[in-house]
Amino acid sequence: MRLLISAILVLLAAVGPWLPQWAMFIMTVALARGLVVLGLLLLLRAGLVSFGQALFYCIGAYSAGALGRFFGVSDIFIQMAAGAAMAALVAFVLGFLLARYRGIFFGLLSLALSMILYGLLVKTEALGSTDGFNILPSTLFGVRPAPEWVRYAVLVSAAAVAAVAALLVHRYLQTPLGRLAPAIKDNEIRVEYMGASARQAVHVKYVIAATLAGIGGALAATTVGHIDPEMAYWTTSGEFIFIAILAGTGNVLAPFAGALVYGVIHTMAYDLSPNTWQMSLGLSLLLLIVFLPEGLFSRRLKWR
Amino acid sequence: MKIVNVTHGSFYALGAYAAASLTAAYLARGYPPMLSYAVLVGAAILVATPFAVLIERGILRFLYVRDEVVILLVTYALFLILEDVVKLIWGVNPYYIAQPYALLGSLQIAGMAYPTYNLVLVGAAVFFGGGLAWLLHRTRAGKLLLAVIHDPEVSRAMGINVGRYYLATFVLGSLLAALAGAFVAPTVSVVPGLGVDVIVLSFAVVVIGGLGSLPGAALGAVIVGVVRSLSVHYLPQVELFVIYFVMAAVLALRPRGLFSLAEPRKI
Amino acid sequence: MAVILDAQALCKSFGAVTAAADVSAAIERDSVVGLIGTNGAGKTTFINMITGYLKPDRGAIRYEGRDITRLPPRAITRLGICRSFQIPQLYGSLSVFDNMMVGIGIMLRNAGLAGYFSRREASVPGFGRPPREVAEQLLGRFGLLEDRARNAQVLPGGARKLLDIALTMVAKPRVLLLDEPTSGVSAEEKFGIMQMVLDAARAEGATVLFVEHDMEVVSRFAQRVLAFYDGRIIADAAPQAALADPQVKRYVVGIRA
Repeated sequence: MRLLISAILVLLAAVGPWLPQWAMFIMTVALARGLVVLGLLLLLRAGLVSFGQALFYCIGAYSAGALGRFFGVSDIFIQMAAGAAMAALVAFVLGFLLARYRGIFFGLLSLALSMILYGLLVKTEALGSTDGFNILPSTLFGVRPAPEWVRYAVLVSAAAVAAVAALLVHRYLQTPLGRLAPAIKDNEIRVEYMGASARQAVHVKYVIAATLAGIGGALAATTVGHIDPEMAYWTTSGEFIFIAILAGTGNVLAPFAGALVYGVIHTMAYDLSPNTWQMSLGLSLLLLIVFLPEGLFSRRLKWR
Repeated sequence: MKIVNVTHGSFYALGAYAAASLTAAYLARGYPPMLSYAVLVGAAILVATPFAVLIERGILRFLYVRDEVVILLVTYALFLILEDVVKLIWGVNPYYIAQPYALLGSLQIAGMAYPTYNLVLVGAAVFFGGGLAWLLHRTRAGKLLLAVIHDPEVSRAMGINVGRYYLATFVLGSLLAALAGAFVAPTVSVVPGLGVDVIVLSFAVVVIGGLGSLPGAALGAVIVGVVRSLSVHYLPQVELFVIYFVMAAVLALRPRGLFSLAEPRKI
Repeated sequence: MAVILDAQALCKSFGAVTAAADVSAAIERDSVVGLIGTNGAGKTTFINMITGYLKPDRGAIRYEGRDITRLPPRAITRLGICRSFQIPQLYGSLSVFDNMMVGIGIMLRNAGLAGYFSRREASVPGFGRPPREVAEQLLGRFGLLEDRARNAQVLPGGARKLLDIALTMVAKPRVLLLDEPTSGVSAEEKFGIMQMVLDAARAEGATVLFVEHDMEVVSRFAQRVLAFYDGRIIADAAPQAALADPQVKRYVVGIRA
């Protein structure tokens, strides 16, 4: 796995400069979404469907944006770090409540929390209300790349961060905590009776998933250049869930591949028929669930 | 029935649109306005039933054996599809049918003029809620349904046609949603996105009340309604998410909702 | 002999049903105690209370002198009191081997939260070897090594029971509570399984309590018998004496003299 990820990273860095701007944009957005979904999959493996990952995605984005707007900081790595930190902090606090729930309660509560943020942001004038605000162009370690190199710089930074994240998650899945996820899903009573606190384990997983989503949000904000409360709306969470289904829970690369495919489908569906893109999405999701429940990318490379 | 059904919101929208368009056409032809209520109800039933049957028999039926999460995701996918289907059939322009609402005038209550239509709605809610409770607990079919809900396998082994009950339940539930949409149609402008708000609210109501509990759902609905109205009046800024607060608060105090059903012994 | 587990006047009701009425029992270290009684007599409730799944309405439970009445199951397991289940509680979608690995992983965590992120070769506390070797050792002791790759939910009844008990042994119990270890197991296997389990437990120096409906198994393996009926202990003696007790004969074995 280490080899595979490194190879992909090197390939991307080498081929990058020759890719058209729109391709780099799509790939970077896919990396951002992929990070969120990577976290979502950690929760899914434990049987928890979070309808509120958009909460941390949004927190990540606004943290990155606020850094620029109020402190003039536009370094992309600092933005991602800020997104990660804020998301982790909020998840740590919320986890005390959320980790007690399972099933539909967990789903709806996570949804509710994300919608609360949405409501708060919409009413906050200082952050632009429903319009949101724009983010400063990215800098890298104090250097501002020339306009035609910005996308490439962001893409490679994103890929590097995603690669590290993927590797860490891959390692994590072989640790006792990683192995605990399917156990919690199958038989929580047994888990408790073996001396572990399922609540504590879920709390940790929730924080990890949130951190990943926060990084993804900061990245997305930088790439798109604009932040608004829509990022916390439940439909955004729905997109992440769609990608998770598309990707399957088989391996750490699947979320990114799934996000890329989703980005392409979404763009195509919108171009083909702007009025019925939701239907196309729904139809694709339906067909996926019925015929390919494992996802597109989880067949061959399985977790060890 | 352990089915989390996001498509419910779509039926609400379907009912509203069907009622709005058919009643508008009916009134335009100059038929007696007093019968427009029957048209409202009839339209909802007429449109919702084929959709419900199609969805349950064509798709859901094959997925009950899978994880609970699968049904949730499938109904979410269907919801997305139906959102656009509604747009395709009825367009994106708003529908207004104020007549059935205005026709009943208003009553003087405690010095304020209160629309009679709203009171009729309250009455209808009580009627349907009570009717459902009676159906479940006092009729043979209702009791068989409760058995199916508890354990489909054992029910099947006892000779109950489980498939038929699943179908009946889904259709009944969807009809209720459609009727709700139809009744609400005269009071709002019927626009795309009607289903979105209502589905999240309904889940909040059900979660607050406790899954599977009818009195819980009734109480939850009252709480949600009152809280919303209060917030619109006193604290409009929080109106958007006060409901989520309430839900989070209720769950923090009573993790399974206000009235949760007893849990069977596991070990 | 030293008392390792002491239940004092436990009472538990579920509405109108009395599951435990003034149940007291002092269990001695290294003993093997059989719990008998009809269904609904209160045996599993007794085990549930000791292991913290249920809290008694009144009464206390002491383990090596320490009050454990209000502790949750995970704390009680970590103290060394472990139980197996009437209906085997397994991780159905995982293989037999992975079931064990989950349990062993939890042992790693018990040494500290950082244990959650242990490397593959980390030494398991209490065993002194890496997880994979511990899993193989335990599976071998219970004769489950050939089934290691099979999914837990496709195992036949006897194997499920054994896996359930093997999982219980992962936590190195000082007191082992077995809830109907031979139920669902075919007649000719019962004695063999019971012997296997007791040998494994005794090798660790554990005190054993087991719920059992088969009186032959009870006579053969128990040193002491507690007979339950209607939430009370109606007999507390050596197997021969207990099974000869008229009340036991009437209410547990079902002989109308």
